[in-house]
Amino acid sequence: MLTKFKASNAITLLIILITMFAGASVAYASQAPEAAAGAAETAEAVARHAWWYWPLILLILSFVLGVFAVLAGVGGGVLYVPIVSGFLPFHLDFVRGAGLIVALAGALAAGPGLLRKGMADLRLAIPLALIASTCAIAGAMIGLALPTNVIQTLLGATILGIVAIMIKAKKSEFPNVPKSDPLSQALRITGVYHEPTINKDVSWKVHRTPQALALFVIIGVMAGMFGLGAGWANVPVLNLLMGAPIKISVATSKFLLSITDTSAAWIYLNNGAVLPLMVVPSVVGIMLGSFIGVRVLAVTKPAVIRILVITVLSVAGLKSFLKGLGIG
Amino acid sequence: MAPQATEEQVLYANILNKGMAIGLLGLIITFIIYGAGIIKPVIPLEEVQNYWVMPVADYLEQTGIHAGWAWLGNLGKGDMLNFLPIALLSLLTIVCYLAILPGLMRKKDTAYVVLVIVEVVVLTVAASGILGSGGH
Repeated sequence: MLTKFKASNAITLLIILITMFAGASVAYASQAPEAAAGAAETAEAVARHAWWYWPLILLILSFVLGVFAVLAGVGGGVLYVPIVSGFLPFHLDFVRGAGLIVALAGALAAGPGLLRKGMADLRLAIPLALIASTCAIAGAMIGLALPTNVIQTLLGATILGIVAIMIKAKKSEFPNVPKSDPLSQALRITGVYHEPTINKDVSWKVHRTPQALALFVIIGVMAGMFGLGAGWANVPVLNLLMGAPIKISVATSKFLLSITDTSAAWIYLNNGAVLPLMVVPSVVGIMLGSFIGVRVLAVTKPAVIRILVITVLSVAGLKSFLKGLGIG
Repeated sequence: MAPQATEEQVLYANILNKGMAIGLLGLIITFIIYGAGIIKPVIPLEEVQNYWVMPVADYLEQTGIHAGWAWLGNLGKGDMLNFLPIALLSLLTIVCYLAILPGLMRKKDTAYVVLVIVEVVVLTVAASGILGSGGH
């Protein structure tokens, strides 16, 4: 159903939501004199906005992030958390909670299409997901237990690290895997997919599975701790370490997030760090943005967008890092 | 060997597709109910901005909201109603895993049966709230 969703439908839904917010603004304006009379005339009250102001900002910002995420080939969560926590007034606890639901919704929406086409591989994903989702629980619990400034600093450092990975990491279309390792043989992690660019069915297998499982411990902890999607780490491990073809790696990574983020999302949900007023506009905005992004992709230069995203992420990462240290 | 999605993958995809569509639709409908003020929320809409600037522990303390599954007992409130589709989306993976389990058992795919059962246990424990709730 979602895969058949058209760009025009996405735009219509966005218009409906913005109209809804606009309608609420009219209702709010009509009640404003009473509210203002009732409220204490303090500086705090003056600084406040109508309830829909920040959710509307989140909807629009998430929509833009959704478009850019697709164009830059990154997950929405990795852009959402540093940018929203760095530039908007929300506390990092709620941003991470919302970021996880955003990443989860995106992964759940992409999952069916990727699985049906055989691009996301269930046998490859299941063992890695078990490690990542278990460790994401630990990461989420650590993340909610540590002081905000520590998490903010670590988030900034992580984002700067992700920028480095985005700049330096190479991709391998069809990595050479001379022999699959005993563990992946035992688990029968292998497959075939059709590669339209060469019009051939490509067989693939993987190696270094134990090392990959070890790395997914770290990936899971970081995903839970910072509320980021972990595609930036999943793909290099699947592609460069295990030797899965890049398309299988990207698709399986996206699907993996739906499992990793589920466990971490529950920890944030059960700890009260999920506010619907933040989550719903963010999820809707980023999903509509990604629908549009897929269509815009055909007529833009991804390299330019990629540089722009790397620059914005660098600024957001640096801001988060300095904010955590009490400098920013 | 022709490329094709396995039986489990197709089943998983079909459930995920339906669940995601229902969850997303639910998310939009419950948010409209909340935003339009059709059902009164626990925290008035205008006041939420006072709380999202503070750590979650302070938010819970100041609002008196109970974390965990307490929202389930407050579905008559506009804000709490939104947790229903959020929980549905967060439960989808467990449902999909449970759905592919019989097929794996039929094929005597012991390793994956064990992996799937352990994953279901892990996600259920995370969802249950027994790992603690209430913020910092």
